[in-house]
Formats: sequence, structure tokens, C-alpha cells
Amino acid sequence: MNIPTNLKYTRGDEWIKVDGNIATIGITDYAQDQLSDIVYFEFKVDAGESVSKNAIIATLESVKAAADVSTPVSGEVTELNEALTEKFESFNSDPYGEAWILKIEMTDPSEVDELMDAAAYEKYIEEREG
Amino acid sequence: MLEPTIYELSSPGRVGVEFPAPDVPRAPLPEELERQDLPLPELSELDVVRHFTHISNLNYSIDFGFYPLGSCTMKYNPKVNEAAARLPGFAHTHPLQPIETVQGNLALMFELQEWLKEISGMAAVTLQPAAGAQGEYVGVLIMRAYHVSRGDRKRTKMLIPDSAHGTNPASSAMSGFEVVPVPTDNRGNVDLEALKSLCDDTIVGLMLTNPNTLGLFDENVLEVTRIVHEAGGLVYGDGANLNALLGIGRPGDMGFDILHFNLHKTFSTPHGGGGPGSGPVGVAAHLADFLPEPVVGIVEEGTEEIPPLYGFIRPIKSIGRIKSFHGHFGMAVRAYTYISMYGREGLRSIAEHAVLNANYLLARLRDHYPVPYDRICMHEFVLEGHLPGTEVHALDISKRLMDYNFHPPTNYFPLVVREALMIEPTETESKQTLDAFADAMIKIAEEAKTQPELLRSAPHNKPVSRLDEVKAAKELVLCCWLPEDVKA
Repeated sequence: MNIPTNLKYTRGDEWIKVDGNIATIGITDYAQDQLSDIVYFEFKVDAGESVSKNAIIATLESVKAAADVSTPVSGEVTELNEALTEKFESFNSDPYGEAWILKIEMTDPSEVDELMDAAAYEKYIEEREG
Repeated sequence: MLEPTIYELSSPGRVGVEFPAPDVPRAPLPEELERQDLPLPELSELDVVRHFTHISNLNYSIDFGFYPLGSCTMKYNPKVNEAAARLPGFAHTHPLQPIETVQGNLALMFELQEWLKEISGMAAVTLQPAAGAQGEYVGVLIMRAYHVSRGDRKRTKMLIPDSAHGTNPASSAMSGFEVVPVPTDNRGNVDLEALKSLCDDTIVGLMLTNPNTLGLFDENVLEVTRIVHEAGGLVYGDGANLNALLGIGRPGDMGFDILHFNLHKTFSTPHGGGGPGSGPVGVAAHLADFLPEPVVGIVEEGTEEIPPLYGFIRPIKSIGRIKSFHGHFGMAVRAYTYISMYGREGLRSIAEHAVLNANYLLARLRDHYPVPYDRICMHEFVLEGHLPGTEVHALDISKRLMDYNFHPPTNYFPLVVREALMIEPTETESKQTLDAFADAMIKIAEEAKTQPELLRSAPHNKPVSRLDEVKAAKELVLCCWLPEDVKA
């Protein structure tokens, strides 16, 4: 399981990359593995929209299940990865790269402190694997 | 191709039925309504009969074999239901007939409403909703109408346990409410502490399935409904799993304010392709005035000699009409027949045997598959289709079961269980059938260790092998011809 150490993680299996005030959000390798092949993806927010922590930003479907993607941080959506709506197989092939979902300009960067680092996330996966 | 489509079998000029020459003047359609782009297939009567007979032989149904599809209650549909529904007095009436001429039908609907009230502990029932999801939607609209009627307009949040059927959040979202998930505790119950922290004066209520989709009776249900009521919310009961409670426990006595029934699950009317469904809704006394119109009632009391006159009544604060005419009347006839055939004691035995059968299967399978919430189950239970030390998935186990001539259980639901396999045998299966299924499951668990490829490439002896679900979901072809393919 690929868990890059430069990212932060949520209990909902999203990853977040922080660059100054800008947060990039996606779903983890574990999430795509559990979901299996993604067959549908849709944004639930627009660029320019203000979102609060835990808001649903996107929804995706695999042959097994549908899942919502939430943002762990509040702020303004600055950019959507529009290419994803055409090419959602990148969720499965490159979850941390090509399959970034959107960027948010954070209004409260301290929200990031509540998230897990790679080691904690790995432990959290192990707990669920039983 | 296993069986060509009927379009592929078409041969230009072939005719099934020759109509006699018209003996009245022709009345052609106005030219603007005519179209040339509809290539209807041309076949003989025998071609058509063979085509559909072939297709029907490829089908799987409860009449063919065991169908343990969790939460769907795929019980046997007794043939006597069909005989009753085909009685001319039921089958040949029209919903617009004067009520004086359909008193028997109305009496049946009235009595079915009364019986559902007695079974559920609810005060009033509508038979209108088309199926369970519409029943939920009706229930949620009633919740909204109730709060609004009290001037309480700040309630916008619907609490829904994370093990709920997907239709619960869908019905809530469709009604304009925000869905707030409630976690499950480690015994499979609603997490009480989490529930308490979520309950305030902004909640519409809670949508609860009991027993839940893990097949577990919520041990704290009275506490759960009390907490929601104390916050001013209402409790909606998803009746999908009512089969486990028949004649034993009544949701109305547990504090539920609203409940939908699935006649096509609990009351043996056809389910799936054989439908349509039917999703009556029952409500507690304080919500009776909000039911959709019309409900069947007595409009003129009878005497000892003269029966009462049944008719349609509009509840005074009704949320309105939600279905044309009077719901799926034919399903009401079948459910009425089913309840009549069993009677009071018989209904209880349905629940007892449904629960016994599920626990028997769980006991046989417990040592072969991981059981995430392992306690006495109700009418269904959930295994993990993830066997330690193997690479097989729930889907592979499901597909392999088809080779043993069993319909697969529900898989990948509920979402709170990894690689879920949700098994509901129902009360109508014999011990021999249950044993045959358990033997197959145990054999598959063994195969998963010794020949995993056998599972991963299953099914092997079915009309079609493993389907490409990703391609099917991504490349939708919903039409076998395109208008531009057809010469004008």
C-alpha cells in the first residue's frame, strides 16, 4: 500500500497536500483499492465556492459502491481537476498524482493539524484490516 | 452470443399475425405523427415463442433455486396469492368505477390497512406508495409536514446510521434535508453517545432499520427512540427487515413514529422482476392526519344486517396524492391472501423460522468465514468475504456460488463491513436446502485456499462467464439501434 510521507490523511481516506495556504485533496491508494475500478465521478462544488470542513466536494462510484469525498479543511475552492471527469481511471492508476481532485485556499490552516500523518494513517488501515 | 436479440432474429416481411382486412374506412394518423425510424422486429409467432422461452430458461428465480439475497427477503411467493389476485372481481375492476360497485375491493383494502396497523402497532396506514423507497419518501414528507405544521422550521438534518439502506439518505436528500451519518458501535447497535451528541433542535429525526442491515436487533432501541424524541425529532422505521419481527415485536411499541412495509418482502408479493412492489406506510396517532390521500375508510356505518359502506377519505392535513389511483391493488390482494393463509399464530412462526434459519446458517459458516459482529442474529447475517491468507474477494465467492446453482448473497453491502456477504435465507427454506448451501460455502472457502483461480474466474458452468462490470458501467449502450442507422 502506497502511503506517501509528505501528505496528511483523513479517517475518510482522503489525502491532503499542503503548499502554503493551498491544500490539494484526493483519495488514497487504500481507498481506490477498496473501491476497485472507478466508473463514475462528479464534482459537488464549483471553483470559487466557499466550503466548510467536512463538506462533500465530490462523489464517485465503483462497481462495488458509491462514495462521497469530503474536505478536511475550510476555504475557497480555487481549482478543479476538470480532466478527471473524462479520465477517472487515473483514480486507480495514479491516486496521488494525476487524480488530485481540487485545490482549496484554506481559511484556517490549523485544521490540518487534526489530520493523520503517514504513520498514523498506516496504523489506522491496519486496525481496519483486523 | 447465447441468444440473439429479437431484432437480430428479425427477417423482413415475416409476419406473426395476419389482421383481417378492415371493414370500416381507414383513419390514418395525421402525417406529422407518423415516423419511419422505428424498426420493429418482424417474426413469426413460433419465432417469438421460442425466443422468449429460451430467454426464460436462462433466468434464475426463487421458483428455480435458493435466493439468499440479504435484506431483500426473497421468500417463496405462494401460488394461492396468484389465484386470489386473478379472481374476476379483483382482476376485472377499474379504479374509476363507482365505489358502490367495488365494495369488496375496498373492504379488502380497509382490512389490510387494519391488519398492518395491528402487526406494526401503528395507528393509521396508507396502501398507496408504489414500493419501499416511495414509502420512505412519503414518510420523510410527513416528517417535514409535521414539523412545519407546528411552526418548527429550523429542522434540516436527518440522522441516518452508517449501516442504513442507501434509499434512506436518498429519500432525505430528495426532501431537501441534510443527511448526517450516525456511527455503529462495536456490537452493531446505533452508537448512543454519538447519537446524543448529534441530537439538537435542528434534527428532523432518525431513519432506523431494526433489525438493521447487519441482521442485528438494536439492543438499545427504546433508548434510541427516546433520545430522538427528547430532541423533538421523529423516528422513521425502514420496514425492510420486518420479517424478523412478525407477531413478536411491534415497531409502534418501540417508539417508531412512521414505518413502511414492503409487501414484496415480508408479505410474499413478487419481488424484483416479478413486481411491482408495494410500500404501504403506517404512522402513529399524532401523524395520522398527514397521510397521503386517499385512505380507505368507512363512510357509512353498517348495521347487523347491512355491511358498512367503504369509501375514500382525505386526511385533514394530508401531504397530498403520491400515486395514481390506489397504489398497487393487485399486491394488496396477494398480501391479504398471504396474511389470511397464515393467521395470527402463523405470522409469528414466519418470523421464528426466518430467524432460526439464519442462525442455523451462521452457526454452520462461523468457523469458515470471518463474522464481524458475531452475536445471535435475526433474519439475516453478514460475513466477510475476505478469507485470511487468500486473495479472493466477496465478488469471487459470489460468482463461484453460481456454479453450485445458488443465487449469490448481497455483496459489498452494508458498507460498514469489509467485503460484505449478506445472507438472508428466509423461513421458506428446508434444512436440506440450508445444508446444501452451507456445504457449498464451506467448499468454496476451501477452494479459495487451494485453487483461488477457480473462484477468480467463476462462474464456469453458467450461460455467460464473468461479466466485465467496469465496461458495462462505463460504456453504456442503452439502445440497440441509432436513429441515424435507419434509412428514412
